[in-house]
Amino acid sequence: MKGKTNAAGRFIPEKINKKPVIPFQGVGKYIPTYRKASPPVASCANYPKDGNKVVPSLREAFKRAGIRDGMTISTHHHFRNGDKVANRIFDTIAEMGIKNTRWFPSASFPCHAPIIKHLDAGVVHHIEGSMNGPLGDYCSLGKMKGQGMLRSHGCRYRSVQDGEVHIDIAVIAAPTSDPFGNANGLTGKSACGLLGFALADSQYADKVIIVTDNLIPFPCIPWQIHGNHVDYVVTMDDIGDPSKIISGTTQITRSPARLLIAEYIARFIKEAGILKDGFSFQAGAGGTSLAFVMYLKEFMKEANVKARFVRGGSTKYLVELLEEGLTDYILDGQTFDLDGVRSMRENPNHVNTSPFTSYNYHGKGHFASMLDVVVLGATEIDINFNANVVTHSDGMLLHGIGGWQDCLFSQNTILAVPSFRDRIPVIVNNVTTLCGPGELIDVVVTEKGIAINPQRKDLIKALKGSSLPIKPIEELKKEVEQICGGAPSPPKVDKKRVVAAIQWVDSTIIDVVYRVIT
Amino acid sequence: MVKEAQIGKKETASDCWVHLEIKKSGGIKIELKSKVESMYGKAIRDTSEEMLKFFGIQNALLHIEDSGSLPFVLTARIEAVVKKCIPQIKEEFLTPIIPQNLYQVKRERLRRSRLYIPGDQPRLIINAGLYKPDGIILDLEDAVAPPEKESARFIVRNALREVDFSGTERMVRINQSQMGIKDLDFIIPHGVHTVLIPKCEDAEAVKKINVHIQNLRTQHKIKNEIFLMPIIESALGAINAYKIALASPNIVALTIGLEDFTADIGAERTLEGKESFLARLQIVLAARAAGIQPIDSVFSDVADEEGLMNSILEAKSLGFEGKGCIHPGQIRIVNEGFAPSKNEIERAKKISLALEEAQKKGSGVVSLGTKMIDPPVVKRAERILKLAIQNNQIPANWKEELKDER
Repeated sequence: MKGKTNAAGRFIPEKINKKPVIPFQGVGKYIPTYRKASPPVASCANYPKDGNKVVPSLREAFKRAGIRDGMTISTHHHFRNGDKVANRIFDTIAEMGIKNTRWFPSASFPCHAPIIKHLDAGVVHHIEGSMNGPLGDYCSLGKMKGQGMLRSHGCRYRSVQDGEVHIDIAVIAAPTSDPFGNANGLTGKSACGLLGFALADSQYADKVIIVTDNLIPFPCIPWQIHGNHVDYVVTMDDIGDPSKIISGTTQITRSPARLLIAEYIARFIKEAGILKDGFSFQAGAGGTSLAFVMYLKEFMKEANVKARFVRGGSTKYLVELLEEGLTDYILDGQTFDLDGVRSMRENPNHVNTSPFTSYNYHGKGHFASMLDVVVLGATEIDINFNANVVTHSDGMLLHGIGGWQDCLFSQNTILAVPSFRDRIPVIVNNVTTLCGPGELIDVVVTEKGIAINPQRKDLIKALKGSSLPIKPIEELKKEVEQICGGAPSPPKVDKKRVVAAIQWVDSTIIDVVYRVIT
Repeated sequence: MVKEAQIGKKETASDCWVHLEIKKSGGIKIELKSKVESMYGKAIRDTSEEMLKFFGIQNALLHIEDSGSLPFVLTARIEAVVKKCIPQIKEEFLTPIIPQNLYQVKRERLRRSRLYIPGDQPRLIINAGLYKPDGIILDLEDAVAPPEKESARFIVRNALREVDFSGTERMVRINQSQMGIKDLDFIIPHGVHTVLIPKCEDAEAVKKINVHIQNLRTQHKIKNEIFLMPIIESALGAINAYKIALASPNIVALTIGLEDFTADIGAERTLEGKESFLARLQIVLAARAAGIQPIDSVFSDVADEEGLMNSILEAKSLGFEGKGCIHPGQIRIVNEGFAPSKNEIERAKKISLALEEAQKKGSGVVSLGTKMIDPPVVKRAERILKLAIQNNQIPANWKEELKDER
């Protein structure tokens, strides 16, 4: 296999899916100068004057959109593991005899396992988007014909915007839509809060199809997706399973070890002086992150400090911060529970955002870099603070990148991880798959101690004399290896067979994933 | 000798299930199914082979179903299954005690919180030290179901040697009677600090156990004293509390187990606790009379933090110095609850300074403002200050610091 070693020391083949790729050159080093991509010119003369774009079926919509073999079809993942639309899409085009499509979801979930039969049958050639569960296994074991391409949310927006990925047909599942195609995620039985992940798709795809189970008369207010981008509207009985789209309540972890990690993070933020009036933070919806928010909230009250904004995925706990006046705004990328949806619907200070505003590499700045602190997870971290978020230590694809890479640009990036899972160390010599360069990762918080990146002399100084268990990352690794009985064996992979590539936010390839040998 | 046996748990995080079949020929065969196969499959096979060889087994089929067990668990499970097949094997497969655990504890130390961990649940043992209780009790008694008791001993023994206890007091609650005596072989040579003796009814029971402990100490050349904490769990035990407290000089604390106690006296355990009030006072009196620490029972509702705090304040007001914890979430509340309050510390400081003043003047009368302070009040103040220093609430040299400020 021809290729070269990138700036992070990883071997990158010349081509992925037979197209040349650019190896990672270092953070902020790759600055392309070409012009943005643009969708074809549309003329309103071609659209119904009464604004009614409803067509009888998905099949009809695909037919009118001119579906052909080899096209790229995109979907969003606001319905998470409750999505019913993607499976319907590929069932439909399989019936139409279409082959070799590229599926371009903003993420896939275990509920998309039925796509495997379409991959086997050649209806779908390959997937470019996160793969986990059965699809992750399928790809990791080398069964997918093409190669996977994993991008962060910001990177996905960028890839559409700069033409790297041309979407032929975008299918946007919408909890509420009018016949013109104005759509939002705020109401309807499949309400998911917002539709930000579908924004680029609506703006840049050749054809845009809205699929809804809640068609209301024009106008659908507010329009998170502009009907002016939309070609067809299709109704379906159920576009999702509400219980899986949104959990009724999100749960704080009850694991004492994870609570300890959460508490350490909150104390770290306080002692590092990050917690001050007008600060901002982002934390996910995992149990540890939620617990962190609870601890931080106590400290905010104690210090009489309030945040200017917090970034979602929103949950009940962030909504409480907003409603108790502890933050002025929630700038939200996705809602994780019913309280999040309700708040976004009712509270003007709970604002929907998209990968364009929050993460986009080709934007003139983005929100993530303005955050004072972000708390993220990882599957592995090495002693140079490089981290993996997509594969398990056995080499299998496990998670998508999500907004993880984009968030590394915040002022202070904290990774919250257990030091080992079962017998598997999280702090390792060398990460299985490199997703985030260590220079962007400032602090690693585990239940056994906290490691500060030596580059962050300011943080080291601020935490001097702290009662927090701060120690060098090498020491953490040594402790963990003592517990686990030595370093783990590297995964058994076929180095001749690249099954997926990991893009850095700027489109360069930071690492690749190899076929796992079982 | 039995030909085959099984030990451990399937599909239980951080644990494993092992099945050993001794054969007449065919050498050693290991069948492994593991969650961590690609990372540690080789390590698991190597360890298994090494152990079978160590125990002199030449022909056997060993099945392992592993859910990410750490080495101390895997080796405990294998040793247990080997000894179930061949009970006459006396050798023990031991790895060195980790350097972090080469510490001793003092007789006089805080015993506010002690965290109970079932001895057969590795998942809970692994992180117990992180939550910084004053003591961790690996329980071989009521928390372990009878069929698991023998194999739990191997887990507890290996945990004492290989799991980082983070400076806490390493405690083990042994079983009653003969079984408890046998338990001692698995803990005394392996770094236990304190043995909890359940359902103590008389001094004899304690003495009997202590004889075995002292024999094991001599046999294994253990220099440090092994401490004892008898648990009173019956009417007879409560009546004999003082004798029990004096049964052996290495007893450091006396405690009460309320579930068994209330059952024994034919009462129901209530939140208010009228039914055990006298017995608890008896514990305090007996312990204080014997110069050891009185420690209260556990508070069983882990979700009720307010109830826990109230019960701590009540226990403290009766003279108890600590309480058992059944969940890590209770530890901080217990530690804070048993620490002296700010008001107590401030008043104690004033009294201590007044005492110093009086001594300087050569006066036998200590007074604060216009009020005369009785000697027992002074004594109590001294104890509060000692506790406050132990709890890191005030520095040991607070008096000098105060003078510096002035």
